[in-house]
Amino acid sequence: MPVPQDRRYLQTHEWHKLDGLIVTIGITQFAADELTDITYVKLPSVGQTVKADAPFGEIESVKATADLVSGVSGTVTEVNTGLNTNPAVVNADPYAGGWLIKVKVASAGETAKLLSADDYLKKIGH
Amino acid sequence: MLRTPLYDFHVSCGAKMVDFAGWEMPLLYRGITAEHQQTRSSGSLFDVSHMGRLYITGGDAVTFLNKVLTRNVSAQRVGQVRYSLVCNEAGGALDDVVVGKDAKHWLIICNASNREKIVGHLLAVAASGFDVKIDDRTESTAMVALQGPKVMDELGSLLDLDLRAMPRWGFEHGIHLASTFTIFRSGYTGEDGVEMIVPAKAAAEALKSISTGLCQPNSIIQPAGLGARDTLRLEAAMPLYGHELNEGVDPLSAGLEWAVDLQKDFIGAEAMRRIAKSGPARKLVGLELSGPRIARQGFAVLSEATRVGEVSSGTFGPTVQKSIAMAYVDAGYAGSGTELQVDLRGTIQPARIVPLPFYKRNSK
Repeated sequence: MPVPQDRRYLQTHEWHKLDGLIVTIGITQFAADELTDITYVKLPSVGQTVKADAPFGEIESVKATADLVSGVSGTVTEVNTGLNTNPAVVNADPYAGGWLIKVKVASAGETAKLLSADDYLKKIGH
Repeated sequence: MLRTPLYDFHVSCGAKMVDFAGWEMPLLYRGITAEHQQTRSSGSLFDVSHMGRLYITGGDAVTFLNKVLTRNVSAQRVGQVRYSLVCNEAGGALDDVVVGKDAKHWLIICNASNREKIVGHLLAVAASGFDVKIDDRTESTAMVALQGPKVMDELGSLLDLDLRAMPRWGFEHGIHLASTFTIFRSGYTGEDGVEMIVPAKAAAEALKSISTGLCQPNSIIQPAGLGARDTLRLEAAMPLYGHELNEGVDPLSAGLEWAVDLQKDFIGAEAMRRIAKSGPARKLVGLELSGPRIARQGFAVLSEATRVGEVSSGTFGPTVQKSIAMAYVDAGYAGSGTELQVDLRGTIQPARIVPLPFYKRNSK
């Protein structure tokens, strides 16, 4: 299963896309498929801070509940509120419409330590 | 890992396969919710070949079964199947099973995860002086469940059997494509339907003939996996071994007294008579949570911050469109309508006790 090359990953299946100082975070198709039909996403509010390697939310499916982990530290600038009413978008379109939060980071180097697409695929055994 | 005779079929339909009790089984094909809804509105085929199929024969079959089963089989006639439990001396459930009777055998269908344990238990009891033979045919046969409101008409026209005339919990044999099959009107979804056992070698061919275009988007009957099987059985409030039942839980606490005959002597009867007399300390109840979040197995059930129970299963019911759970709670808190809370990983969510099942089909 290919993953987009234009972003960085955590082994816990979150993707991070850097644009200036804004990092958009979502989960990979692999994670969405493993969870199966997603029923609920708990996300922080705009203005809250997230910390690298710490949970910032939770995601639930008919099958399981999992933590959502951030790879970067920063302040939440935007939240995908559409997921409140339609969390299934994360299953259908995890790399675009199913994004979770946007975080403003102090430096563009925040994502550099995260896994490349190829390293992520290796980590998950693909 | 073991593979069922329908393994190639699952792969050709694009199933996501998972390890389940040592078997490589389909978790889902298109999606759990879609397969759930297909079952409620039309029909689904589930491969349940992983479940144990144990054939019992011998002069002492009836007395033997009455010793190991909670239910009295003396009155069970040829052509009937019954739900029952197998318990230990303390009354704890070793497994829940379906028991069928034909002209030649008794058939016990047990959970895949418990097959080895149940075979061992049955052999040990048999060795205490019963003239019975136990034949495990799990791997030489295949078993499918066909469930949903359109299944009886669709399947009845293909098989030479009047399925509509077959009583609920009825059990028959038929011949299709020169292979003898066993069919019984039961299931684990809350829908009408049947379960069928066919010889392993004939399974793939039989499947093709009863289900042309089974993977097509418009087929009346489509394959469904273990994921949908779980959400369906939970809406119908049917117990799942390892969740609502285990060796520390007796059938009375689980609300299964209708499957227990305390008048007869069986393994666990004495303990269960004591439990019946004092009343179970904890009871299985249905919970409806406010909001969409799901209560998972092991989550604490609270009353005013005091722990009064524990969730055994939970999901978001695709048909009832609610977050539902089954839980064991202290008997004093088990009344319908009781307002409780569930600890969802630190978030306290209100939950109300509701009558079971969560879903009941409209019977025609």
